[in-house]
Amino acid sequence: MRNHLPKIITLIVACGVSGWLFAGDHGEQDEGREGGGLPAVDHKAWRAECGACHTAFHPGLLPERSWRKLMDGLDHHFGENAGLDAATRKSITDFLAANAADRLDARRARKVAASIPSGETPLRITATAWFERKHDELSPGVWKKPSIGSRANCGACHPGADKGSFDEHAVRIPR
Amino acid sequence: MHKTLTLLLLALAAGGAAAAPADPLQAYVAQARQADPGFAPAASRGEAFFRLQRAAASGRIACTDCHTDDPRQPGRTRARKPIAPLAPVANAERLADAAKTEKWLGRNCLDVVGRACTAAEKADIVAWLISIR
Ligand code: HEC
Ligand code: HEC
Ligand code: HEC
Repeated sequence: MRNHLPKIITLIVACGVSGWLFAGDHGEQDEGREGGGLPAVDHKAWRAECGACHTAFHPGLLPERSWRKLMDGLDHHFGENAGLDAATRKSITDFLAANAADRLDARRARKVAASIPSGETPLRITATAWFERKHDELSPGVWKKPSIGSRANCGACHPGADKGSFDEHAVRIPR
Repeated sequence: MHKTLTLLLLALAAGGAAAAPADPLQAYVAQARQADPGFAPAASRGEAFFRLQRAAASGRIACTDCHTDDPRQPGRTRARKPIAPLAPVANAERLADAAKTEKWLGRNCLDVVGRACTAAEKADIVAWLISIR
């Protein structure tokens, strides 16, 4: 065992270094992940249907129970009708549930899930304590600018929002 | 066995839908004529329907709130996502798929008028949008 130790250490160090190099290499293409973002996910009907009126909000931004409740009330969706046929609705619900904040293995998703008390089922990402905390540096007036208009307009300030990337270095607030 | 039957029925239903006219104007006119054999779509009625500001009476939003009052221009949703122009002259993808048009008119009528639009109203709207140059 004793004479194996240096080898094992070399192995561990090598793994660490290559892991680091790999991450460095990757960071360029996949900044979302490196910025503590959410893994890229895709689903055709979700992108088409849930991206028609706003950013297709990444499933990792709300827990499974929130998505289920939201998908049960699409006929009265924040004051608008976003109804879908039963088959499309089920397919999107399954996708959202499988990639929800409390199901995804990503640091950001775990943080979102942990910030929501278990007795609560928020339907708005922008109403979670996590969202408030991340955006508390912004003055309340910012949200009302015509170029932004709504807190839910993530893409106005986060160019990668559609891909689940919210890297703080990429944030730019429109005039 | 039950599953196979359901699947078969679903396939038949889908086949039936695909056989219906893909052109929304034809589809709505055919539907409207079932109730009124003499029905002919009128672009002028469609335009009036689109421009009507129902807010004063019902507190509801208008078609023009999202689509602007010029269908050749892009509009915006409440969450400020751009909406491509509605007039086919400005956007070739419009009114080319009856199922898509029906989905959106279904939702938009409930929000704006508070009820489903009739086939005649939908035929008028589509006729107007197509007539825009
Ligand atoms: C017909 C338009 C429309 C469609 C289609 C639609 N939404 Fe929405 N959605 C809205 C509106 C309007 C709001 C409220 C936006 C605001 O407050 O600025 C909203 C808000 C939301 C919010 C809350 C945003 C926040 O403030 O955190 C979530 C989550 C959401 N939608 C998910 C979905 C999902 C999932 C789908 C697909 C099944 C979907 N939406 C489809 C119109 C739509
Ligand atoms: C008005 C512009 C604006 C809008 C709209 C906006 N954000 Fe942000 N967001 C910011 C700013 C500014 C920060 C803070 C960056 C920093 O810490 O330097 C931030 C931070 C974040 C972060 C943390 C980034 C990090 O690396 O720690 C996340 C995640 C995020 N926003 C998600 C969202 C989501 C989801 C939406 C839409 C539901 C949204 N934001 C809408 C401006 C905005
Ligand atoms: C709350 C915002 C909103 C309102 C109000 C609204 N629409 Fe829309 N409408 C949309 C969105 C979003 C789409 C989908 C855009 C897309 O797919 O690019 C759409 C799509 C359409 C389409 C396109 C269908 C196709 O074949 O592509 C038609 C026609 C239409 N709307 C007509 C109307 C009419 C008529 C009214 C008023 C009765 C109205 N809309 C009110 C948001 C709205």
